[in-house]
Amino acid sequence: MHESIVTNAALTQYKSEVRDLSFYYGEFNALKNINMALHEKQVTALIGPSGCGKSTFLRCFNRMHDLYPGNRYVGDIILHPDNVNILASNVDPIEVRMRISMVFQKPNPFPKSIYENVAYGLRVRGVRQRAVLDEKVEEALRDAALWDEVKDRLNQLAFNLSGGQQQRLCIARALATDPEILLFDEPTSALDPIATASIEELITDLKDKVTILIVTHNMQQAARVSDYTAYMYLGELIEFGVTDTIFIKPKNKQTEDYITGRFG
Amino acid sequence: MTAKSTAEINHQPRRLGYSYRRNLRERFIETLLFLTAFASVAITLAIMVMLVKESFVFFQHVSIWDFLTDTQWTPLFDDAHYGILPLVSGTLVSSAVALLVAIPLGTIIAIYLSEFAPFTVREIAKPFLELLGGVPTIVYGYFALLFVTPLLQKIFPELPGFSLLSAGLVMGIMIIPYVSSLSEDAMRAVPMSMREGSYAMGATRFQTAIRVVMPAAYSGIAAAYILGISRAVGETMVVAVAAGMQPNLTWNPMEPAATITAYIVQVSLGDLPHGSIGYQTIFAAGFTLLLMTLTFNIIGHVLRKRYREIY
Amino acid sequence: MSNADKLHEIRAIIVRHKRWDLVFMVVGMFALMIAVLTFTVLFTQMIIDGMPRLSWDFFTSFPSRRPGSAGILSAWVGTSLVMLVTIAAAVPMGIGAGVYLEEYAPKNLVTEIIEINVTNLAGVPSIIYGLLALGLFVYQLGFGQSILSAGLALALLILPVVIVTTRESIRAIPVAIREGAYALGATKWQTVSDHLIPYSAAGILTGIIIGLARAIGETAPIITIGAMTFIAFLPPSPVQTDFPFLSFEWLMSPFTVMPIQMFNWVSRPEEAFQLNAAAAGLVLVVMTLAMNAFAIYLRYRMRKKIKW
Repeated sequence: MHESIVTNAALTQYKSEVRDLSFYYGEFNALKNINMALHEKQVTALIGPSGCGKSTFLRCFNRMHDLYPGNRYVGDIILHPDNVNILASNVDPIEVRMRISMVFQKPNPFPKSIYENVAYGLRVRGVRQRAVLDEKVEEALRDAALWDEVKDRLNQLAFNLSGGQQQRLCIARALATDPEILLFDEPTSALDPIATASIEELITDLKDKVTILIVTHNMQQAARVSDYTAYMYLGELIEFGVTDTIFIKPKNKQTEDYITGRFG
Repeated sequence: MTAKSTAEINHQPRRLGYSYRRNLRERFIETLLFLTAFASVAITLAIMVMLVKESFVFFQHVSIWDFLTDTQWTPLFDDAHYGILPLVSGTLVSSAVALLVAIPLGTIIAIYLSEFAPFTVREIAKPFLELLGGVPTIVYGYFALLFVTPLLQKIFPELPGFSLLSAGLVMGIMIIPYVSSLSEDAMRAVPMSMREGSYAMGATRFQTAIRVVMPAAYSGIAAAYILGISRAVGETMVVAVAAGMQPNLTWNPMEPAATITAYIVQVSLGDLPHGSIGYQTIFAAGFTLLLMTLTFNIIGHVLRKRYREIY
Repeated sequence: MSNADKLHEIRAIIVRHKRWDLVFMVVGMFALMIAVLTFTVLFTQMIIDGMPRLSWDFFTSFPSRRPGSAGILSAWVGTSLVMLVTIAAAVPMGIGAGVYLEEYAPKNLVTEIIEINVTNLAGVPSIIYGLLALGLFVYQLGFGQSILSAGLALALLILPVVIVTTRESIRAIPVAIREGAYALGATKWQTVSDHLIPYSAAGILTGIIIGLARAIGETAPIITIGAMTFIAFLPPSPVQTDFPFLSFEWLMSPFTVMPIQMFNWVSRPEEAFQLNAAAAGLVLVVMTLAMNAFAIYLRYRMRKKIKW
């Protein structure tokens, strides 16, 4: 069974390659010389104990660190097919964020209606035609498996939705602009088990449309949703490979200890 | 306690035996503190009673209809008219000019400081604006009369020495710190996750500020505007010094006119006997003023509530 | 649409939108500059006009018909005495009310009414307090147009400021401190007086200073109670040479204060008096600015020093 996945995965192309990436919060070296790749239309999971730098790493992909002073990247994140280093100083972070969307740890809908939340990314791009917006909003909400629940109350405030619905709304918001990569930063850590299950199912479904990178503190979740897994510890990438291999026979002793729950 | 013998109780440390006395003291202090807190309510009641009482006497002399419709306010003349409209128009025009300055500038400053300005600029500008808000209003009055009016007269030669325009402009600048400081606080209170959500969608600073932060901070910003309006309507010294003390039913900011507050000052400067009709007019005027500020406060409250329900 | 086209479009959009960022940066700085510039102009104007009049004589002379020899002696003495009354009335009342609302008040209707009321009092125009003082203190209670009436009027005015800052400072003290005190057997009042008030003292002081800075500059309520604008004598001294050494006669004395003195001079048509007004204004502004700056500094230091 997992043999076929491996072959399948091996056939896919790289969507992005990380080369010698280090990251500094001021003096603090939070990421150390990371090398790995994101396979196109596959789910890659980042796991590791808290404080290991997995969220920091994820936030490099859409240059969120640029929002705060004193942060510094060293190294490259190459985005394919146009082979551009998105960390280069001449690349506009806004451009990067328009191409790579993100879903946050806690659902963070805007204080707007459900419709306007999903339409936000399009409006930011200057889309004004109602027909285009309507169509895109519906499509994104369908993709996020939220359409049936909210189609009759699109004009209601997004805060009225439940936590799981809010998170799916945030996923729809991220999907509406057809991103090339979708980043998930522990998207289910604030949700109950049922909502978590629906988000996990959604992530698996979305794989056909978009390359996914997900940070999770939950190893079972990584095993369930991802094709590739990277284990990080203290800012370093310890092991990276096909998920099944990592979980069944990790090469590294440290990874094994973490996965079998002996530490972490 | 009841289960224990008296011998045992006698063996307890003395201090515990006197707890009723300590309780009494605690009760006494709590009552005292309650009274100080309740004093604020007493003050409000006293204000209402005082204004209503004196106004009541006034309205036995002057009909409410005359008060609201007469276009002249000349209570101290032999031919006395008691129409509040000229004072209301002066108040509204000077406030409108002030708000046209304070609300746009205050909002822009707030957005700039909260979303755009580098850390150092913000750290310097905020306390500076706070200091600006602490300058006594009489000083702003001096500034309006002796600096802004002559300056404006160079642009509009026909502008008289006293005008609602110059008083309003200076009042507007005076109110900027109130509007900007409160609005900025409200915007800063918007959680960073909300901004990150917007930036992660590829929004610029301006888009994030206008489309996400401002709507999220709406009720705080509205409160800041309402405070600004209350200040403008209730401001006394700037208008008393720079807008003149002549009641004048006008909607033209280029004219001199008295506001409600300026009228009260004018009467207080004279020597009106306690209990005369002139004495009562200032209470009727003050009552009108209080009702106006109260109305604005209620409008603000309703707006905020309705916004919350729809949005 | 090919990927390259799409990228091209995205870049065009970003350029367009970033223009707005730039425009707003400029507009924002411009708006800030208006505020800063106004203040600079106001201050410079007052220094140019008023500085030459500032001399020792200006502080030790009574107001006079001749602008050249007029001074602010009665005004600053009046202001100081009025402030004494204000402090004596507003500080205990404000702290008491703040402590009650934060530590004692049960969650009920009365508490809610008090809280809403305090918020609303802060929005009442200052001249209304003047009318209250005129009706209540001057006539009803028979204090007359005295220092006592003025001080009490200003005390009412700044009461909300003192209450609100007291509450905020006490609220900032973590529950652990209270629990620590109770665990040692302290009563509520002992907890409040031995711990909460001392630990929040700097914050409360900040509020008092800001309130007083406002009170010093307030003109309208004092005019309303009928303070005289021309006073060429001092109130009886609080300290006497004979037994019992302290006198409270000054409380009932007629008076003038700094802002009223300034108002009086501003309203004169002669330019020489307006120079006096500038000088008095300068003193007033320096006083209030110094107080406010001290309060801001205190708050800043507190934030830096105390980390619960």
